[in-house]
Amino acid sequence: MSDAVGHAVPQTDLTEMTACPQCDWLHVIGDVPDGMRARCVRCQTVLLAPRRDAAVTIVALAAAALVLMIVAISFPFLNIAASGLSSSASVLDAAMSFALASGRMAPLSVIVAALIIVLPVARLAGLIYALGPLAVGNKARPYAAFVFRLSMRLRPWAMAEIFIIGVAVALVKVASLATVGFGPAFWAFVGLVILVAAKDMVLCERSMWRALEQAR
Amino acid sequence: MSHTVIEQGQTARSAGLVGCLHCGRLAPPGQNRCTRCGSHLESRYANSRQRVWAWWLAGLIVYIPANLYPMMITDTFIMTYSSTIVGGAIDLIGHGDALVGIVVLVASVMIPVGKFIAIAWVMIATRRARRGRAHSLHRMYELVEFIGRWSMIDVFVVAILAALVHLGSVAGIYPGLAAICFGASVIFTMLSALSLDPRMIWDATDPNPQDADV
Repeated sequence: MSDAVGHAVPQTDLTEMTACPQCDWLHVIGDVPDGMRARCVRCQTVLLAPRRDAAVTIVALAAAALVLMIVAISFPFLNIAASGLSSSASVLDAAMSFALASGRMAPLSVIVAALIIVLPVARLAGLIYALGPLAVGNKARPYAAFVFRLSMRLRPWAMAEIFIIGVAVALVKVASLATVGFGPAFWAFVGLVILVAAKDMVLCERSMWRALEQAR
Repeated sequence: MSHTVIEQGQTARSAGLVGCLHCGRLAPPGQNRCTRCGSHLESRYANSRQRVWAWWLAGLIVYIPANLYPMMITDTFIMTYSSTIVGGAIDLIGHGDALVGIVVLVASVMIPVGKFIAIAWVMIATRRARRGRAHSLHRMYELVEFIGRWSMIDVFVVAILAALVHLGSVAGIYPGLAAICFGASVIFTMLSALSLDPRMIWDATDPNPQDADV
């Protein structure tokens, strides 16, 4: 391709270009300054939104969220008391409640456990593994591209933030029935949801792919 | 390839290229793995329409029992009653907290029903392509993709209540069969929205003259 002449675009120039993932419009996109956003001229989709020290920020937030997740699954989540009786539940109990009620609903327990625990953990661990070396300026780990790709695909299926809203609704339902007490796991889970939201705001998938490619 | 002139103002497909949806890298045609991120490359999703409609129909079918079976069975020392999705939300609005009842109603009725309509609407509208509708259809698609997963709220409400409320003879809450049907419906419609290739919307409603001969 180095002998391409005149108006011909050498293939290496393809790296200077991008297609909008939503509408396929071609753009010449060079380096976008940190903190700025490049948008598609046709459909306004954000093409690139690099942040300064994005990898460090993402890895730090993900690591903190992972620690909170460990707290959230190992300590009591909520407890209620009424008429001298009381009961409590952990996050795992919530996932298992369908299987305990009826064998026919066991698959739903597996799905709920995946959505609120397994997939969020996999996503956080994957991001730490793939982006960790970038945060400290090292070469990318083996399979970093595969792991990062998987972490990004899991995004719609990690539903920790939806679970916490569900818990808020459940608390309103139960408040008229009993007195509610919050365990350490509850606060850990709330913290985790906030950290994950902050991390997703910083995370621009395409900028990270560029960084991963350079660290190869 | 070496003599392709890439002009501004066209799609990757009309320039004979394939854009990676995940990392944005462009690839020459015929290459099926992205060299930057390893994703599978397709100029347009293969069989997008069939997959969207198949998941859509599956989601709609299981949404019916999700509304007929009880979602939650509440056992108190006075009586036992089971409530459906709509019934539970109306109970909340009537006796409890109207605001939360409305949240439940929006998450488990308005969002799923709106999603079925919106996906069908986008699919039909892209069949009868009319110019100038790309922006509104695309916004609708993005809204569906963003909001669809939030329907899962109701399943989580039942999960935590059933785990928590075990107060002997005073009160007990058990999940009903609707929970698994509703959960499946949310997952199927999420898969339907994920199978929809947004580039198809733009191809149909804002056609690129150079696409015609590709």
